Amino acid sequence: MGRYLIRRLLTAIPTLIAISFVIFAILDLAPSDPTGNLPLTIPPEVKEQIRESLGLGQPFHVRYLKWMQQFFITEPLNILEETTGIAIGDSEGRFRLRSWQTRGPVIDLVLERLPQTLWVVGLAYLVSIVIAIPLGVISAVKQYSWIDQVATIFSMIGFSVPTFFTGLLAIIIFSVHLGWFPSFYDTTHQVTDWESFVFQIKQIILPVSVLALFQTATLNRFTRSSVLDNLPQDYVRTVRAKGFREYYVIMTHVLRNSLIPVVTLVALGIPTIFGGAIITEQIFRINGLGALLIIAIQGSDIPVVQSLTFIFAILIVLFNLVADVIYGFLDPRIHYS
Amino acid sequence: MKRNLFLFLCAAIALMLMAACGAQPQPAAPEEPESAEAEPAEEVAEEEAAEEPAEEVAEEETAEEAAESAETMRGTGDTLNILYWQAASTMNPFLSGGTKDIEAASVVLEPLARYDENGNMVPWLVEEIPTVENGGVAEDLTSITWKIKEGILWSDGTPFTAEDVKFTAEYCLNEEMGCNALSYLGDVESVEAVDDLTVQINFGVPKPFPYGPFVGATIPVLQKAQFEDCMGVKAQECTDQNFAPIGTGPYKVTDFKANDVVVYDINENYRDPDKPYFSQVIFKGGGDAAAAARSVLETGEVDYAWNLQVEPQILDSMAAAGKGTVVTAYGTSVERLMVNFTNPDPALGDLRAVWTEDDPNPHPFLTDPVVTQALSMAIDREAIATQLYGAGGKPTCNVLPAPEIYVSTANDGCLEQDIEGANALLDEAGIVDTDGDGIREKDGVPLQILYQTSTNSVRQSTQALVKQWWEQIGVGSELRNIDAGVFFGGDPASPDTFQKFFADIEMYTNNFDGTDPESYMGNWLCKEIPNPDNQWIGNNMPRYCNADYDALVAQMSETAALEDRAELAKQMNDMLMQDYVMIPLVHRGDVSAHSNTLEGVRMNTWDSELWNIADWTRASE
Repeated sequence: MGRYLIRRLLTAIPTLIAISFVIFAILDLAPSDPTGNLPLTIPPEVKEQIRESLGLGQPFHVRYLKWMQQFFITEPLNILEETTGIAIGDSEGRFRLRSWQTRGPVIDLVLERLPQTLWVVGLAYLVSIVIAIPLGVISAVKQYSWIDQVATIFSMIGFSVPTFFTGLLAIIIFSVHLGWFPSFYDTTHQVTDWESFVFQIKQIILPVSVLALFQTATLNRFTRSSVLDNLPQDYVRTVRAKGFREYYVIMTHVLRNSLIPVVTLVALGIPTIFGGAIITEQIFRINGLGALLIIAIQGSDIPVVQSLTFIFAILIVLFNLVADVIYGFLDPRIHYS
Repeated sequence: MKRNLFLFLCAAIALMLMAACGAQPQPAAPEEPESAEAEPAEEVAEEEAAEEPAEEVAEEETAEEAAESAETMRGTGDTLNILYWQAASTMNPFLSGGTKDIEAASVVLEPLARYDENGNMVPWLVEEIPTVENGGVAEDLTSITWKIKEGILWSDGTPFTAEDVKFTAEYCLNEEMGCNALSYLGDVESVEAVDDLTVQINFGVPKPFPYGPFVGATIPVLQKAQFEDCMGVKAQECTDQNFAPIGTGPYKVTDFKANDVVVYDINENYRDPDKPYFSQVIFKGGGDAAAAARSVLETGEVDYAWNLQVEPQILDSMAAAGKGTVVTAYGTSVERLMVNFTNPDPALGDLRAVWTEDDPNPHPFLTDPVVTQALSMAIDREAIATQLYGAGGKPTCNVLPAPEIYVSTANDGCLEQDIEGANALLDEAGIVDTDGDGIREKDGVPLQILYQTSTNSVRQSTQALVKQWWEQIGVGSELRNIDAGVFFGGDPASPDTFQKFFADIEMYTNNFDGTDPESYMGNWLCKEIPNPDNQWIGNNMPRYCNADYDALVAQMSETAALEDRAELAKQMNDMLMQDYVMIPLVHRGDVSAHSNTLEGVRMNTWDSELWNIADWTRASE
């Protein structure tokens, strides 16, 4: 197991380097201009100076190597220094990876936005797992019952109606007409007492439900079909023939076997939590990572786009590994040696 | 198109990475960013737009008098919620990406003088506006001397001095910095701090209009003590300073989250002990224009929302909820068609749309004023303004639509659509359809127009309307739209920029900052024509070159009297209009909305919309 892990981690390094090159190259080759959105009243000579000040005059390979150095050496060192308080080398003179829009360090932007994304998108993910898996099992066991039909209808709605529609619908019903919940997320709100906690719940409820509806739909259908695949299997008949109660049969034997593909789906879905729900964050004005990515793309803020996409790449590679490791625990037939 | 490709690639990368793991992320289908020229930095309030706020101010003043017996109004209000759907990226206006940042900073940082809602200069941190009469401007127009008011303090309690003004000029003039307010310091040779409260700005040439530096929200004064170590390339690295500049305004920054929210508290050292009224200001960003309008007009969650470019019908139905008021101010923005006087035929290769003195490379039919006049006559400007712009636009026949003294009435005939007249005009000139395909030919060349603009739903609707009218006069057109980032990006390698103008007609909005049109009217000089020799940098997109026009521009640069300047500006405008260099369509206004409980808003397009935030109060309910 240990050797397997090390081998996997080592093969991840060239993968990530290749990904980093592809991301950097594609974004660099794409036509975009950070001064393109400036007012026309700013003369072209001044725009040229602004471009130079952003370091756009240098050749491709120099900028790529600089970015690599900033991403893999400078920024991790900075985070280390900030968390431990120990100064390593010339911490003042290091050239940090900066956003073109804010001129602030990219990593600070990411760290500032991570908690909101984890709260909202993470919570929605959790809610959808808690609802989807039991519902999927019930749907499968009581196939074609009314509960299965209702779950199926809901899944179809959640699956096929996009969040930019359900989000707006929720705002119009619950904020505009009923006035129950705020239509956008107050990012300066701090939970200090019961009242502010209630407010936090109120402002989080709409985006979480919109996202959860969508994710529940996917997971629910997946669980249902996986359980259905397992129910007619020989081993289930054997357990039943032994006279165990149906509850035990389902919970101990069927569920464990059915969960293998579901776990993959859940584990591989975790990086998307960090990616944020781009549209939903935009609609509810949550200052998460998804919203950051959109603003950066719109403003041609290439350093932020490059860094975010690359962080997502790292997370995906990592959670692929995690999913593989979890298999080993769930399914004794899989051995890593 | 290429920019769309860019967005697509970004989205594709994100999608591939996420989709690879099975769960579906939301498709990245970003809203088209509001193109920069859609947010004119400074414009003027129209008379009628100004009337209503003026009444509000009067009411507020009486309210203030009544409250005077009570101790002070400062900080007695609650939180003021402002929504700019494009969030502020930085609080340093000199490094900003547009109006949103400049306006967010304007709550904290102040210039020496501001423009009010009518476009008049008001002394802000100074005793009076310097003029030649009061001796503030040198007789030879090469220097201006500002007298700073006594007792102005920065929010950290230190005095505001002439040294700060001098420093700010040096900070922005530094070549390595990439300062976007540089053009305001054009021709500035030196800035001298004569004494603590007197600052003299010297120009290299006589400046008939010396009010560029430190007038208006775009170029406020920074504190020397705070920014001293941020000169040149280091300007980028001063994140703490850029995110929380110390200012002299009514509020100070207490929390700044880039691209999200700014929280301001009262500046205890603000010069008026009675102001500001609100104890806290939250400047929130994000979402889109329609959502912002909804937050003020329907849910009432915020007090003020900016730049509400929403379809007129939608805005009207939201305003009907009765929670807020839509306010408009008209500045100098004009949506216009630029006419290409050079031939953009791809067959010309490197000479495509290139003008040189020896070879003007004339367009096969657009250089004929009969054709361009007919194109202009066929357009129903009223329909475009009311159906597509609503509160934010009115028809115009001038490229210089404001301030009032510069507005010509010589071209107003274009306000009436006249398709019959246009047809007759073309028939008379012998430009008729000879081959029966419904499209007229001039000297054998069919009047087939490639009509380009940036991607934006209002612009595409305008294109569709215009195309249909042109069809009625026998002119065919092919429509094309290019992403704003590429179109206005000015990348010399891209064939799709508005400077290269590889099309027959292109449409966009332009405007000028402040109230003086001199540099704006200079856009159509021969030397401003973009061509490969100047890396396609230049403002004269139509490639118009007229010695008479150049002479008028030169004359204006030597004329100081306002009336004479106005007369010259009108002449230039009329010359451009009558030569059909441009076909103006709509005079565009800024549209914002405020809650009905918010008082004191004087919608201003010449300066920051938040210019008088110190005077804003809440109506008692």
